[in-house]
Amino acid sequence: MNDLWRGLSEAVRLIVSLDAALIEIVLRSLQVTVSAVLIASLIGLPLGALIAVNRFRFRRATIALLNALMGLPPVVVGLIVYILLSRSGPFGVLGLLFTPTAMIIAQVIIITPLIASIAHQAIRDLWAEYHDLLISLNTTKRQRMATLIWDSRRSLLTASLAGFGRAIGEVGAIMIVGGNIDHVTRVLTTAIALETGKGDFGLALGLGFILIALAIVINLTIHTISQTERGGRW
Amino acid sequence: MVSDLLPVTAKGAVVRKGGKTILGPIDLAISGKGTTIVMGPNGSGKTTLLRLLHGLDRARDGSVSWNGAREDAHAAQAFIFQTPKMMRRSVLDNIAYPLRVRGASRKQARIKAEDWATRIGLGDALNRDAQALSGGERQKLALARALVTEPAILFLDEPTTNLDGGSTREIEDILSQALDTGTRLIMATHDIGQARRLADEVIFIHRGTMSAHQRATAFFEAPASQSAAAYLRGDIVE
Repeated sequence: MNDLWRGLSEAVRLIVSLDAALIEIVLRSLQVTVSAVLIASLIGLPLGALIAVNRFRFRRATIALLNALMGLPPVVVGLIVYILLSRSGPFGVLGLLFTPTAMIIAQVIIITPLIASIAHQAIRDLWAEYHDLLISLNTTKRQRMATLIWDSRRSLLTASLAGFGRAIGEVGAIMIVGGNIDHVTRVLTTAIALETGKGDFGLALGLGFILIALAIVINLTIHTISQTERGGRW
Repeated sequence: MVSDLLPVTAKGAVVRKGGKTILGPIDLAISGKGTTIVMGPNGSGKTTLLRLLHGLDRARDGSVSWNGAREDAHAAQAFIFQTPKMMRRSVLDNIAYPLRVRGASRKQARIKAEDWATRIGLGDALNRDAQALSGGERQKLALARALVTEPAILFLDEPTTNLDGGSTREIEDILSQALDTGTRLIMATHDIGQARRLADEVIFIHRGTMSAHQRATAFFEAPASQSAAAYLRGDIVE
């Protein structure tokens, strides 16, 4: 119990004093995760629509695979990305290992299946509703996908936020490919792991509470913005 | 424009679903102007016949052909479903959607959509969520969304079944305006009164087969099949 109180007071102290190191790693956490969510959404949302609208040979298998990949172990993803980006690996020349870019790549791999899978579910339901109308109106496949993505945007926002939730709290993969280097690749989660390892539970907990608060604030902000913008239309 | 597409001909057309024959074989030719009413009891195959002609259902055996290419014919048609499908958009954007799909600019589409919304009496609901409309308003929106593309052929699947008298009258008024501008109507209904009001010719469907196809006056005086006669008398036809 004592440790928890110490963690809470540490969190308050860090925030109130606008600790420079804290602000740096919070911003880097956001930079990495928001980039990863944007890229994964750009891939995952159309992919979900594609699978929902098109009939192709391995459709069922693709959906099953996508669902299975939602549970991709981050440590393994980190390991594979590490091998690919390491100096002796195929993409070694790019020199990306131990950079925020490597962390973004790993997170994109982890959350794209999650976003695509939730998006597919939402779009499939709407497609069942719109099917006859869109066929009757002579729409092209492209137009159908665009219409379905736009009209299910609220559910798709939830898909992206789920991806955000998974990415912001992820530590295994980004620890491996980022290396938790101070001022370069240290983010909230890797800092927590480090402080816990050092036995500084107060600081670790403080950072943990800030991480949770950050996730809540981002979610609330996005929901508030989207609702005030569109009113009851959503 | 109508004469370009018609006649539409079905030759031995059969529709099966889940291993059961739900329509056919149907041999049929629809041509000329005005309104064709498709009548018959529930589950007789009225909806399936309309969907077959429009291309939403495919003939398992036999064929349906329009005078001209299938794509051109389909593009000049519109379909009103029994339960109107409301897109998750505003009333205005619902009506504008078919125009947007056909490549109109957002601005053009909205101007035309607003014009149609006003004509059908939804002029002060432009920015409302379409999914919050009442049953009558939804059906009117569906009509506007169908007519905004000025279709040569309009299919209607029991458009007034769930509506009260006032709304039904409004819908029928809009339909007669569409007729005046040359739109060909093919409409399913099991409302005998409505059929009498609107029909130029009648197709009677019973248990998946067509048992009568006559001019309206002839049909209501002397229907060509016993089941149609029983239906018009008000007997229960199953």
